[in-house]
Amino acid sequence: MITFTNVSKKYDEITVVDELNLSIEDGEFVILIGPSGCGKTTTLKMINKLIEMDKGEIHIDDKNISDINGDELRREIGYVIQQIGLFPNLTIKENILVVPRLLKWKEEKCDKRVHELLELVGMPYEENAMKYPNELSGGQQQRIGVLRALAGEPPIILMDEPFGALDPVTRESLQDELKVLQKKLHKTIIFVTHDMEEALKMADKIVFMSDGKILQVASPEEMLANPADSLITDFMGRHAVTTEEQYHDLTCKEVMFKELIFVSETEKPLEVASKIKKSDHDMAVIVDENAAPKGVVTLDLIKQFQQADKKIVEIADTEVEKVSENKLAKDAFNQMIKDNKNYLLVMDDKNKVTGLITRDVITNSLARLVWGDMDWAL
Amino acid sequence: MGIIAFLDQYGVRLMKAILVHLQYVFISVAIGFVIAFVLAIVLSRYPKLSSIVIPVLGIFQTIPGLVFIGVLFIYLGMKPITVIIALGVYAVFPILKNTYTGIINVDPELIEAARGCGMNSLQILYKIEIPNAMSSIFSGLRMSTIYTVSWAVLAAMIGLGGLGEFVYRGIETNNNTLIIGGAVPAAILAMTLGYLIDLIEDKITPRGLKGGR
Repeated sequence: MITFTNVSKKYDEITVVDELNLSIEDGEFVILIGPSGCGKTTTLKMINKLIEMDKGEIHIDDKNISDINGDELRREIGYVIQQIGLFPNLTIKENILVVPRLLKWKEEKCDKRVHELLELVGMPYEENAMKYPNELSGGQQQRIGVLRALAGEPPIILMDEPFGALDPVTRESLQDELKVLQKKLHKTIIFVTHDMEEALKMADKIVFMSDGKILQVASPEEMLANPADSLITDFMGRHAVTTEEQYHDLTCKEVMFKELIFVSETEKPLEVASKIKKSDHDMAVIVDENAAPKGVVTLDLIKQFQQADKKIVEIADTEVEKVSENKLAKDAFNQMIKDNKNYLLVMDDKNKVTGLITRDVITNSLARLVWGDMDWAL
Repeated sequence: MGIIAFLDQYGVRLMKAILVHLQYVFISVAIGFVIAFVLAIVLSRYPKLSSIVIPVLGIFQTIPGLVFIGVLFIYLGMKPITVIIALGVYAVFPILKNTYTGIINVDPELIEAARGCGMNSLQILYKIEIPNAMSSIFSGLRMSTIYTVSWAVLAAMIGLGGLGEFVYRGIETNNNTLIIGGAVPAAILAMTLGYLIDLIEDKITPRGLKGGR
């Protein structure tokens, strides 16, 4: 547990952190967020004494950090910076082992630890340990940056905008990995960012700061629901509002399954069944020679009839409801639920089938609302 | 006079002169290096002080070697130590300047990361700052060595041998062969030593610091 008691820091006459009180539980993922100059980075760096506070006390468990030598304290606390800061003169292995070596671990223990850590992020030892930082991509470098912070088995890890310099795709995958790592390792993580989306995604607890003071401490859900200050609303307002609007305005075209299997009316049920089985779906759309839809057939229907000599169109469900692809998704969902249908065909304005809405589509769309935009495997 | 004939006549003396010359270079560069290296590290801890000290040393560097060696000769006499002190003093500045610049220019993010890992300032110095300043330190060393090879020619001015002896004798007796016979080996010596230093640098520079960064 980390406790801040009336902590203040001034640079010249400017107070950057003002009488701060905060406590952080073990194993918590805490995000410090706020506009630039709000004192979040200073707050972070006072924990490992990279910046000395002017007033107040910080306790880690029951130890007052002002009683601990700064260098020794920092060996017990992981630290990740935005610019990564891997040492270019050292190999990946040596970079990871910086802290264990300072802690004078035995060589076998060091060796084991490097294997274990590289495995944790899916970078095989044989391939990576002897490389130098400039031989890795930015994302890989920051993975090593995180491993370097984990190497000495510190209970606490400080991260100063660690993914700020990465491209959005890499950033997202590192965020996901970090989240998984944290669940697995139960570290206390204190993470500085100015990206509200990142905060909402990662944090157990968000600490919103402005002008050296804490405006609100809350879980992401609570902060979204009840922002304590107009500044917080502004900060995430865009995020909160647009997500809502965005999802409320989704059209059928944006949510539907697009990779359909089309079969002609005259095909035999067994052929159709094998086509369906080869795909990821469990149904096919039957179309005539003008590509106009005649019905939908599911694997279940084919099994039910078991009549190999019939034409597929004879066993198909030919009374499928159709919706325009520009219709609002929520209206289509309502229609489906009201009529107790399992699927709807989505049509473009030339009366061609472009997609399908099923119960799975509804589920995925709802999931997106709850968990945010992720790469949903449909 | 052909090369063969020249070597036939002066070969032994030439070898001796080269050895003496090399001794001057090695000893004075070694001493200069130690002084420069230590001083550069001290100065890098006090950047304010160095903004005064380094320009002042730079001015001293512009005193012609001829004058300096002459003045030392008056006080110390015709001893090898006179040459070594003079050359050593001149060797200091390029190494000092480059080592200092190299250390000062190490990416501050690396220093912050190193502190964040819990290194103390001594550990940061020898694990991070010096290794990352290495190429700059080496270019200072190379510069000093090459300069010292040419300055060591001045030793002959006060009768202390080295390749300068050929040059001075040649000038005195209006013998171009002798002048060239001293100047060419000195040039070759400078190039060879420069090349050796490059070789050593390449050998000890980790792959991670090569290829431009």
